[in-house]
Formats: sequence, C-alpha cells, structure tokens
Amino acid sequence: MRRWFFLGAACAAAAALGTAGGAQAQDVKIGFILPMTGQQQSTGRQEAAAAKLYMAQHGDTVAGKKVTLIVKDDGAVPDNTKRIAQDLIVNDKVTFLAGFGVTPAALAVAPLASEGKTPEIVTAAGTSIITEKSPYIARTSFTLAQSTVPMADWAAQNGIKKVVSMVSDYAPGADAEKSFKDEFTKKGGQVLDSIRFPLANPDFAPFLQRAADQKPDAIFVFVPSGQGGIFVKQFVERGLDKAGIKIIGPGDVTDDDLLNGMGDAVVGTITAHFYSADHDSPANKAFVAAFKAANNGMRPNFMAVSAYDGMHLIYEALNKAGKTDGDSLIAAAKGMAWESPRGPVSIDPDTRDIVQNVYIRKVEKKNGELYNVEFATFPNIKDPIKAAVAK
Amino acid sequence: MTANADEVALYLKRRARWSPFEIAFWIFAFATIWLFPGKYLILKDTAILALFALSLDLILGYAGIISLGQAAFFGFAGYFAGLVAKYGIINEPVIALVCSGLIAAALGFVTSFLVLRGSDLTRLMVTLGVSLMLGELANRYSNITGGADGLQGVEIEPVLGRFRFDLFGHNGYVYCLIVLFICFVIARRIIYSPFGLSLRSIKGNTLRAAAIGVPVKWRLVAIYTVSAGLAGIAGALLTQTTAFCSLDVFSLERSADLLLVLIIGGTGYLYGGLIGAVIYKFLQDWLANLTPQYWQFWIGLVLVVIVLIGRERMAGWVRIVRSLLVRLGTWLMPRLPALGGAAPDGR
Amino acid sequence: MLTILYDGIAYGMLLFVLACGLSVTLGLMNFINLAHGAFAMAGGYCTVFLVNRLGLPFALGLPIAFLITALIGGLFERTLYVHVYARSHLDQVLFTIGLVFMSVAAVDYTMGSSQQFVQIPEALQGQFEVDGIGMGKYRLLIIVICGLLTVALQLILAKTHFGSRLRAAVDDQRVARGLGINVGAVFGITFAFGSGLAGLGGALGAEILGLDPTFPLKYMIYFLIVVTVGGTSSITGPFFASILLGIGDVAGKYYVPKLGAFVIYAIMIIVLIWRPQGLFARGAAR
Repeated sequence: MRRWFFLGAACAAAAALGTAGGAQAQDVKIGFILPMTGQQQSTGRQEAAAAKLYMAQHGDTVAGKKVTLIVKDDGAVPDNTKRIAQDLIVNDKVTFLAGFGVTPAALAVAPLASEGKTPEIVTAAGTSIITEKSPYIARTSFTLAQSTVPMADWAAQNGIKKVVSMVSDYAPGADAEKSFKDEFTKKGGQVLDSIRFPLANPDFAPFLQRAADQKPDAIFVFVPSGQGGIFVKQFVERGLDKAGIKIIGPGDVTDDDLLNGMGDAVVGTITAHFYSADHDSPANKAFVAAFKAANNGMRPNFMAVSAYDGMHLIYEALNKAGKTDGDSLIAAAKGMAWESPRGPVSIDPDTRDIVQNVYIRKVEKKNGELYNVEFATFPNIKDPIKAAVAK
Repeated sequence: MTANADEVALYLKRRARWSPFEIAFWIFAFATIWLFPGKYLILKDTAILALFALSLDLILGYAGIISLGQAAFFGFAGYFAGLVAKYGIINEPVIALVCSGLIAAALGFVTSFLVLRGSDLTRLMVTLGVSLMLGELANRYSNITGGADGLQGVEIEPVLGRFRFDLFGHNGYVYCLIVLFICFVIARRIIYSPFGLSLRSIKGNTLRAAAIGVPVKWRLVAIYTVSAGLAGIAGALLTQTTAFCSLDVFSLERSADLLLVLIIGGTGYLYGGLIGAVIYKFLQDWLANLTPQYWQFWIGLVLVVIVLIGRERMAGWVRIVRSLLVRLGTWLMPRLPALGGAAPDGR
Repeated sequence: MLTILYDGIAYGMLLFVLACGLSVTLGLMNFINLAHGAFAMAGGYCTVFLVNRLGLPFALGLPIAFLITALIGGLFERTLYVHVYARSHLDQVLFTIGLVFMSVAAVDYTMGSSQQFVQIPEALQGQFEVDGIGMGKYRLLIIVICGLLTVALQLILAKTHFGSRLRAAVDDQRVARGLGINVGAVFGITFAFGSGLAGLGGALGAEILGLDPTFPLKYMIYFLIVVTVGGTSSITGPFFASILLGIGDVAGKYYVPKLGAFVIYAIMIIVLIWRPQGLFARGAAR
C-alpha cells in the first residue's frame, strides 16, 4: 500500500541522513547561516562569497587548528534559522555561528548562543538591540542608526531645512525614521511628514506624489536594498529632482551591488554609509580587486565587507584567545581593532557592537561606472541608540 | 430504518479499526525518539508541519475546501501562545496550547462563511487574502507583536512543571509528537463517524448531499472550525518550542508549502499530510545541505517529475514492491524458527 | 488628484497585460498555471539582456521579448504541460510551482541574484506637465501599449475565425471538438500568446515593479487577484478588474497610507463575497 512504501522511503531517507562522524578536537567549524534563497538572497550571495574569499586569502589553519566553513541557507525564515543553528551547535559542534541576514534571525538564535556558549557573529542584521540579547553576540556589520544620525547631522549642517521621511513599514524602517527624525529635529531641522509604505510595495508613485506635494528640501528614504533603484528611478520619473528635491538616506538605497545598473538617474544622490566600493585605501583596493576576480566581476557591497570582517574577527579571536571556548573567544573579540577595507573599525568592549567611520557620499560616474564617492567623514561612530541610553 | 443504521454503524466500526500498517507507523514514529537522537530538531519541525498538513487534509481531502489560508490560524494561535507566555497570563504550556487551539477555532468559525461560496479559485484567494491581511495587521501593531523583528522575550515554562525545552530538542520533540498523535486520534475519530461520512458525501456531490438532508453549510462550518483549531495548535507548538514568533507565520510561502506537502503525500487518507511532511522536510534539508543556494531548483525538479510520472504509476510500483515483500514474507515465515535454532516440523 | 488616477490606470494596465494570459489559460483550459509569473520574469530578463548587454534599442527589445517568451511558452506547452492537462487541479498546482522553483533557481544561477534595471531610452524618462497633472512618460507608454493590446485582443476574439474558435472551445470543449475545431492547436496557440503577453508585461514592468529572480513568487498573488476578481470568461473582466485594483491600490496608498497594504486584499475579499465568480463572470458554468 502506498503508505507503506512512503513509510519505507521516509525511513531510508532519515537513516541516510544520520549524522556522520564526530568533530575532532582540533577542528574549528564556522557555521554561516545566510539567506541564500528568497527575497534576501543577494545578501547571502555577497556574504558567502566574501567569507570564502577571506578563507582563500588567509588559509584554513588558525592558531594550529583547521578551520572549516559551513554555509547554510535559512531563507530568512527565523524558525529555519533557529533549527539550523541548533543543529550546528549540537551536531556539528561549531565554534562560531555567523551570518544572520535579517534581524529576527539574529534574535531567534540569541538564546541558543547563550545556552550553547557559542559566539554569534552578526554580519548582516542591523537593528540596535541585537547585541543586547546575549553576551555572546558580537557584530561586524552595522546598525541603521549609525548611518541615519550622521545623515541627519550632515543635512542640518548643509542647508536642508525641511524633510519628508519615507521608509518601508517594518522594524528597520521605523528605526531609521525615528533615529533620523530625533537627530534632525535636535539640530534644528523640520520633518514635515513621515510616510511609510508597505514592505512588499510594487509602486512608489502615490507615496512620492504625497511627499512631493509638501515641497520639502529633501526626501529621506530607507528601503531594503533592492528597492532603492526602483525608488530613485520613479523619483526621477516624476521630475522631483528637477523640482529641486534631494534624496538623502542611508546607503542601502545606493547599494554597490546594484548601483551600476541603476542608470544615470541616480547621479547626485547623497547617502551616508559605512562602506563604498570606491573607498580610497590600499586595503579596499586589494579587497575589491580580489572579490571581483573570484566572483565574475561582481562588485562587493556593504554586506560583503561585513562578512569579510566577520571572518577577520573570528580568525583574530582564535589567534588571540588560544582556546576555543565561547567565553575566551568573546573576551578576545572585545576591543579588537583593525583596518578593514571600509576604514578603521573596532569592536566596542562594552556593547560588543562595531565602531566604524561613516562617510557621506555622492553618486558619481567614474570610468563609465557609477560609484558612491566619499566626500565627508564622521569618524568612529558608535551605535547612537545604545550610546544615548548609556549616557 | 434501523437496518440501514446498523449497517452503517458496522461499516464505520470496521473502517475505524486500526490496521497493522497504522500501528506500525505510529510505533515507528515514537521509536524515532530513540532511533535518531541527533535529528530531534528536524523531526520536531516535521511533526509540526505534519499536524499543520493534517488540518488542511481535513478540509481539503474530506470536505473539498481548497484553502491557502491555514497560515492565518497557524500564525494567530502562534502569536497568542507567544503573548500569553511572554506576559505570564498562562504559564503552563499545555493549557496555553489548548487555549491557542480554541482561539484559532474561534477565528475559523468567524471566517468560515467566506469559504462557503464560490469556486475553488475564489476560496483559494479569499483564504489567502485573509491570511495576508492578518500578516499586515501583525506588522501594523508591531508594538504588540514585535513586527518584523519578531516577538521578543517569550519564555516557556517547563511542560507539566518538569520537562524544559532545551537546546537538544528532545523534550520539544516528544511534546510535539504526543500532541500530533492526540490530534491525529481526534481527527481520525471525526472522520470515521457519521459526521465524517456526511463530509465525504458533501465533497462528492454537494447538491445531492443537500437533497438527502445533510445540513451542508453547518457541516462545512464545523469541519473548518476544527481544522482551524488544529492549525492553531500547530502554530502554538512552533512558538512554544522555539520561544519565538515572527511575521512569516502568515506568509504565502507557509501556506503554499503546506499545500505542496499535502499534494505530495496524497489527500483524503489522513496519513497524506504526515508522510508528505516527512518526505518534503527531509528532501529539502538534504538538498539544502548539498547546495545552499540552488536547492530550490532540485526540489522543483522533483515536484515536476512526481507529477509527470503520476501517482498511478507510482502506486503501481508500490504494488510491485509490496507483492515482492509479501512473497518474501511468506517464504521466510516457516524458516524463521530454523534461523532461531529450532528445527521446523517434519524436516 | 488626477495624477493619482493616471498612475493608478497605468499600474492597472500593467497588471492587466501581465495577468490576462493567466485568465485566458484558466478560463480556456481550466488549468491553474502558477508558473505564469515565470514567463513574465523570462520576458523581463530577455529585455535586460537584449537592451543592456547587446545594446538593442528598447523599442526592439519589447517585441523580441514577446516573441521569445511566446516561443518558450509554446515549447513548454507541447512538451510538458500537455501531459498535465488531464490531471486534477492539485497536481497542476504542484507541477507549476515546481516549474516556478526551477525557473527562480535557474535565473539566479545564470543572471545573479541582484535586481536588474532596464536602460530605458532618454525619451521615456521624466514626465509631461499637462494642466498641472504630471504624467510620467514611461507610464504613458504603458497605457498606450496596453490599451492597444486590449483593443487588439478584443478584436481578435470578436472578429476573427480564430477568436470564434477560441470562444467556442472556452464555452464547451467537447462540443467544439465535435464540431471539428482543433482544440489542441487552439490551446497551444493561446497558451503561447498568453505567455508572450506575460513576457511583454514583465519587460514593461521591470521599470516599475523591479526585476529579480524572486519576481514570480512576489507578484503571483497580484495576478491571481486580478484573475479572481475579474472572472475568467472574458477579456473585459480582468481588464476592468485590473483598472479597479490599480486605482484602488494607488489611491488607497495616497490618501490613507496607513492602510495601504490592506486595500488591495480588502477589495478582493469584498468583491468575492459579493460576487464569488468574479465581477464579470457569465453564469456559473464551472
């Protein structure tokens, strides 16, 4: 009967999946949980490529131990992430968990990191509270507020008085809106309206119209990377740039991964972010060249550099700690500072979050390609939300 | 006409007897607790998916209502279970589970009128629309639900005061498996009852069923409510065992995956959801391990091939395998005592 | 505001072009083709490849995308879909979702995971100002193309032999076959044409809706909404349904942004409660 056959098949499948041999004591496994499929798949792709690049460049032996990289796809669905993380901790006995493309994924795994005493290195998610959820979490990516607050400062200092804020209606969008608004109004600016559009939004037309009707100096925009290009194109289509309205916002809008395809419409867009592929430093030039060579000419973006630095943190923590238990590794990670392709970075010993420079950039055409060209720097920005609470 | 009633009762009693396959299935299911200690997590997820699929089978396989909206009840009860645990309103997980199921059933009752009319496509879209709207609501009220970040701070007390859900997932899995079994028995009882028979008649020919006096509308409402309750229990299980709940419980992907699971396993015989869940989950896990980025391609290929080969041909293969095994069994049986050392009679 | 009306009509027209192929397939062959979005995506990527990489002019890229997608559709229909016609709806769902998964992963593998942007010509960027109403040039193009298409489709259906054969096959397949109409060929041609239309819609829509490998999964629900609300027995049904939904969605988001996402689902549910067969269905044939 059918059910017997399927039952047998299920048994066979389950048996075949029985986990193979145990880990050796000298092995260090890094479990990278990334969204390789689904809406966030470009994040997963960039990060996996960067992690592999780091390993290819620095070898797979650290402090006398062999390092293996395990990449798993969670599709940005938190219950998948949690299950995969549990599996990695219990069965693969990973020394590090890394990745986490969206905030709920990072948050779901926090209790596991604490219970398993496994360091959780966040290399993508950007909500401020993540690092507070477990003493084993360290972040090498960014927080949204790190970009929006300097953006507000710069805007206030440069003649932009009235702004309409437009963000996607989900937690990071709300974070961006709030942190921008608080800082901007503190520095004397005025936020005329706060518009939120649905996350799965096919058409920005009505919202852009609504914003334009209020005649602001600039529109502050935050959308998940991927929608930025469409937004800017529709902005230009409505002639809003000719009406003298600027676009400002965190650099997710002009994601390096997509910037070149956006067309000349985006030239002149000003954003604040921690990484541009155009960043003028020897470390970055080498990074970009190596990344492109290994990935068919694909340009690295801020997610890639986050994963690259995440691997660096892991390697250096292993070197410094000498031991492979979670407590020593996190202790070693705290306060670590190095020159990343994005600029100088360090891990804040109190919050375990990343401290980095934030640059104000403008989109310009260089050698026939579009780049975010940096022209102002806000050095050593800590996460403003946590810093404000600490005061 | 008592003679007919007796016949029906006899028929039902016979059908309702547990066949050896079913007993073997459940023995094996419970044996997995000891057989696969490293796989608790995926087994637990499979058990939850199986319960979820069972709920859809009740309305799809037995009442003919095609729905993409089971995620509405799944998510609604999931958030309910998370919120009552977070704010300490109900601390004992089992009580919270039952309450979540009841709440989901209530929601099912309220929305059941939407699925009474219209074609398959209408029902599909209306149920999906409800599910997505609930997702939007959950996003809107992110101060309660945590929005896109997910529900934070959920702490689940140990079940019955003793069994804590730990990192290894053992207690979580046993909990889910027991709940799955209980719900299965309930569903089975419903199916093998006059009520269940009337459902099948409704699915077969609604007009004729109404003509012989079956209160079609109320039966459909009733089974939809029960199905919503089971889906809700599945959702609450997920929240309780992962101590987390986020917006994707309402997503299209969840409902669509469910439909796929049930179609793979087959509708209308209660085990379809369970078997489909096992196959789908394990297949997906295996493929995702092989190729984290492109596993969707291979799953798609498997689905296409399943449909192209067709169920009749696969059932044909099963019959061949089964007859071979039966023949092996009859050949082996007399020889078993010999294998054990005792001489067979007369030889 | 008239600009919002204009935007809504443009958006609705785009939805129509994307969804009408699905409506016809569903109405004609009673076949649930959830892979319809994959054909739209194929058209979009074709145009990206032709215009961006090969440098063809946009005006040429659109019709070629239509043709290529129609060819792919016809090919798939003859080789794969024809085996699945007789199956239950559930099997069809399984089959077409399997195709969607395969196409998403295949496109991801060959073209990368990132968003693709079509380089539209200068002439189409920006907008006209007419009487204070801002009319986007690209949206004007969409309205013009889709309007012409609708008229052409209606004419084909109503005034040509093929159209009458198609209508006969939709109304009653068995009788049509009995009359000597080659229903299989009608299916094939219609399916190819519908897929071509989807491809054209995908190419046109890339500028507004965006284009990435997850396009079919993201937008499938909108096509289904159009088809369900519009009914599957005519072209005019989905046409008016998409205009209604387009305007409703855009206007809802403009005037009440807080409820923006609800509007389209609410409209659908209300319409379906009121008229379960869709707004413009002719009788309950199925």
